[in-house]
Amino acid sequence: MKQFQGRVITPGGVTAEAVVTKQGFNTLASFQMALQFGDKEVKCGDQNNEELHGKPLIGKALCLPQTIGSTTGGLVLYCACAMERNPACMLFANHIDSLAAAGAVLADVWVENVSMPVIDSLGDEFLNYVKDGMKITVKENGVVEVE
Amino acid sequence: MILTQEQQAILDGAKGETLAKVMKTLVMYGDAFEAEKLVPITSKYNHLVTSFGLKVMAPVYDLMQQLLDAGVSSEQKFSVDPRPLDKNVPANILQNFVFNKFMYTKQDFYEKQLKELGLMDENAFTCTCYMDEVGNKPKKGEILSWAESSAVVYANSVLGARCNRNSGIIDIMGSIVGYVPYFGLLTDEGRKATWVVKINTTKKPEAQLLGSAIGMKVMEDVPYVVGLDKWIGTELNDSTCSYLKDFGAATASNGAVGLYHIENLTPEAVELGEKLIAEGAKEYIIDDAELERVQKNYPVIWKNPDAKPKLCFVGCPHLSLQQLKDWTDNIEAELKKNNLKKITMPTVFTAAPKVLEAFEKTEYAARLKATGVITSYICPLMYMNNPLCKKMPVITSSNKLRTYTSAKYYTDGEILNIITGGGK
Repeated sequence: MKQFQGRVITPGGVTAEAVVTKQGFNTLASFQMALQFGDKEVKCGDQNNEELHGKPLIGKALCLPQTIGSTTGGLVLYCACAMERNPACMLFANHIDSLAAAGAVLADVWVENVSMPVIDSLGDEFLNYVKDGMKITVKENGVVEVE
Repeated sequence: MILTQEQQAILDGAKGETLAKVMKTLVMYGDAFEAEKLVPITSKYNHLVTSFGLKVMAPVYDLMQQLLDAGVSSEQKFSVDPRPLDKNVPANILQNFVFNKFMYTKQDFYEKQLKELGLMDENAFTCTCYMDEVGNKPKKGEILSWAESSAVVYANSVLGARCNRNSGIIDIMGSIVGYVPYFGLLTDEGRKATWVVKINTTKKPEAQLLGSAIGMKVMEDVPYVVGLDKWIGTELNDSTCSYLKDFGAATASNGAVGLYHIENLTPEAVELGEKLIAEGAKEYIIDDAELERVQKNYPVIWKNPDAKPKLCFVGCPHLSLQQLKDWTDNIEAELKKNNLKKITMPTVFTAAPKVLEAFEKTEYAARLKATGVITSYICPLMYMNNPLCKKMPVITSSNKLRTYTSAKYYTDGEILNIITGGGK
């Protein structure tokens, strides 16, 4: 088990299984088909992301460097949370980007009864260490345990 | 974040609970970037990214309704991204059923909300709001609360305005309170380049390929591009601006670029030159082989990769008036060369409603129509964003459309060749 200290963007505690991408996570491309056409597993639809394409995202600990792509990204994340189709948490190796931050904040302020802890600045070492299927525990203070 | 008395009062609920939540959203958004303050928006108009009444986006319309019910509206009028539907665009019975009865059932409802919130006018639906014909063109140094990745990168880079890559919903919240958090691309420091990109190609690089290569390499960083002026000149004319529009859209969709500088061309690069390059900036060299590598690595997700294309889209982001004219000339010339009068496959050119209006007033419009090309104001991405289109072999010269859909990318030259029968 290894611990990483990050910065809390939106707080919360959760344990979930990791899904990992080392390239930018395109939020619109990843979620659009699954949200629109009722895919209960919310399988990643981004054809340009070989690491995640076709893998379920709902309830997972999504480990990523940052998000990229369309500025609908934040509202797509917000909708995923409002529809309870969101990852269990989002764990960023880098400083969070403006679109992911918007999605996390919109969900936190405007959606009731949904918790999606978002932690950033976990560092490259975190992303090099974590692998698909590992157990992730996120603490309220931004500590992320990987085992 | 230090707030003014007025901002703090809004946050504390002096103007109602809903406006307090809007302010809280902006403050938390700014806090994520250690923003020290909120600064006033100074552009005349805003631009929003959410233009589509997708049934599945109900949480967005619910939030908008909360704003309207609380008597809140945008301080600025705004333009918004393109409409998703147009009867001019070819669609079969099943597609029309899915579009109208399943996907976009909230379109009329949402457009009514947009009007109540402050839509500029009935035709203010385009991703290229900065075109002269549309009239939402900010000036250098103005502070914006825009979303739409291709518009933000254009406003920052080509016009010299200041705007972060705001998400949908955050865009309108900024103009509701009249302020945005001061961080990132609003600051001098945040506008410095952390990459130097050297163009060593033997011919003018394809805008959409070059942007894609840079976007994938630098992600959200700011690139300073050297050597491109050799190919596109040092003047921001119609042709260069159209090139930069397409280049920027690819940097923003294949990566997360919100600002680029082109040496000797874009306003800040002309003004400040290499002073814009941050210490320790990384280097990326682009030659013909690199662009070829990038294009070859695009996935082709058609069921039959050799299928005959059934539809072609050009214009994501929307075409400029100059591009519509250039395409008309080029298609006519190629058809003549191939002894044809009409293009050989259904082809849709998309542009802003007001650009299309202006185009209709030129002699080019009848000429383009005579070749068989259809013009439309839709968002091709929204048209293709469904499983029915996924099964359809669609081609495009838009790297943004390629990124989000099953459309296969070809360069403008290749598209011209295919649709005029040269590639049979």
